Amino acid sequence: MSFFSRYRILLPVISLAVLLAATFYMQPRAMSYFGLNLLFNLAVPIALATIAQMMILMVNDIDLSIGAFVSLVACVTATFLNDAPLLGLLILAALILAYAAMGAVIDALELPAIVVTLGMSFVWGGLALFILPSPGGAAPGWLRTLMTVKPPLMPMAVVASILIAFVTHMLIIRSGFGTVLRGVGGNARAISRAGLSVTRLKAWAYGLAGFFGVLAGMALVGLTTAADANIALRYTLLSIAGVILGGGEFTGGKVSPTGAVIGALTLTLAASFLSFLRLSPDWQIGSQGAILILVLTARLIFSRKGDAA
Amino acid sequence: MSTQSASRTPLAVLISRPWIWSWAAAALAFAATLGLTSGRGAGELAYAALSFGAFAAIVGMGQMLVITLGPGNIDLSVPATMTLAATLALRTMGTEPGTALYGLVIALAVGFCVGIANFALIFLLRLPPIIATLAASLIYQSIAIWSNRGLRIKPPEGLAEFATGRFLGVPNVAWVALVLAILVWVLLERLTWGRWLLATGQNQRAARLAGVPVEAVRAVTYVSVAIFAALAGYLLASFSGGAALNMGTEYLLMSIAVVVIGGCSVAGGDSNVPGVWGAALFMFLVVSMLNSYGTGAGVRNVLTGTIIICIVIAASTRRARQ
Repeated sequence: MSFFSRYRILLPVISLAVLLAATFYMQPRAMSYFGLNLLFNLAVPIALATIAQMMILMVNDIDLSIGAFVSLVACVTATFLNDAPLLGLLILAALILAYAAMGAVIDALELPAIVVTLGMSFVWGGLALFILPSPGGAAPGWLRTLMTVKPPLMPMAVVASILIAFVTHMLIIRSGFGTVLRGVGGNARAISRAGLSVTRLKAWAYGLAGFFGVLAGMALVGLTTAADANIALRYTLLSIAGVILGGGEFTGGKVSPTGAVIGALTLTLAASFLSFLRLSPDWQIGSQGAILILVLTARLIFSRKGDAA
Repeated sequence: MSTQSASRTPLAVLISRPWIWSWAAAALAFAATLGLTSGRGAGELAYAALSFGAFAAIVGMGQMLVITLGPGNIDLSVPATMTLAATLALRTMGTEPGTALYGLVIALAVGFCVGIANFALIFLLRLPPIIATLAASLIYQSIAIWSNRGLRIKPPEGLAEFATGRFLGVPNVAWVALVLAILVWVLLERLTWGRWLLATGQNQRAARLAGVPVEAVRAVTYVSVAIFAALAGYLLASFSGGAALNMGTEYLLMSIAVVVIGGCSVAGGDSNVPGVWGAALFMFLVVSMLNSYGTGAGVRNVLTGTIIICIVIAASTRRARQ
């Protein structure tokens, strides 16, 4: 088992390393502080959204609304948080609470998460359109500074990714609370037999997802300096792909925060790598799909090895 | 449930049918829209709902078959398949008259290949269907972009006339969707294959032990959904005067939403053809209702989402009572 779990994290690490090596081979100038920053800049919001999706997959649900939610947060950040910080913070807190409430309702009424989140994606998207009918707004100055800070040794994006992975690893894998949360995905009945409220725990998992979704939206606006209602719609699919690339499973509470962050970095890098290849723009999206399939095929080999060991 | 219903009154039997709710919701949205115009334009509204609902119904029935296969089974490549089939079919026809059938064959062949490819990824590489169809759809999208080259090729005249025309006052596309619905219903309710599909969705292990060729059932289902999507794409492109790269986008959420509102179980093993049709009409009618009340795009989306969730909650509490 220890062999297996060690293999699980190896796969995302190896795929990132291979892709990084290929990128450096194609474009040696990327091998610098500045180059790395450019390559991974947009990875920070994607990594945060992937962590949010992971929280939901951890309790055996799936979130089809995270992209719309991150877009909504981006719109709130670029308008309210910039103009009236206190009101903006209140709205963001309310959004996190709404996410937690969604988790509680899904569990209490035994609703299919895939449908409820699908419906909520309309709600978030509608609210975002309502707040910001046309692209615009401005990033709060402090957020802009935070996202463009240049720490020594490593670019901000790399430092932030390591920090996100470390914090979520401590929270989900190492802490007792995280173990219980993963238990909801692994065996909800055992958790409720142990005297814990599954509904409350699911609310926590969804609340955490909302929290990381809020962070993702804020990070995104800090990078792009403006927002629009459709800015992050593709995050829904990216985040699911990121979690799976990182060795997570759709069921059973088997997730890896470190893997999820690495998965998000791999997806971001795949896009940059393809533009270095000077591939015809027609084929860029398709090659991203091909890379995804390739990496997931590698996962199959690993899990077979894992079964043997 | 079916054994009990014999002794109940006709009304109780009707209410116990899961499809009645989506039809009731559609009727309500229809009435609410007409309430504003005090009854004028009823025919036009019904005609538009049947035309646009037909596309949603076709992709929805395909998605329904896949979702019936059980938890985790879903096809996210529906929009890409629609676009690819429409693009290739229209390019092959090249507005030449009399090529409509040829184009249809091309579109269905594209659907067949896409379905085979999707299932190959799921079966051979053992990828979860969500991620397999998602990754594959990126490739289909690229092929569509590459073959389209930004050109908008018009459908041949005869085909365009058929797609926008009517027969006995009902849009032709609605007839197509209706015939398909009857075929799917017969398949599910009267043929062994449909029983196999439901058995697989209810408990794959039990079905396999009972001798159901589970993998063959799954393969046929994934091919069917792709063929349905391809047909919808072909008709939609002929209906709207050409294929566009983003023509399928809204049908991803739509295909899932109509299945759920239609009263099929998202956990699989239970499907419901009339409900999908009702939901497809409802999805169009609710948007036109909100439009006629003059709501902006933002408010409209919020209300659409809220209504979807309310229907799901209503359906689940009804299930819990039974």
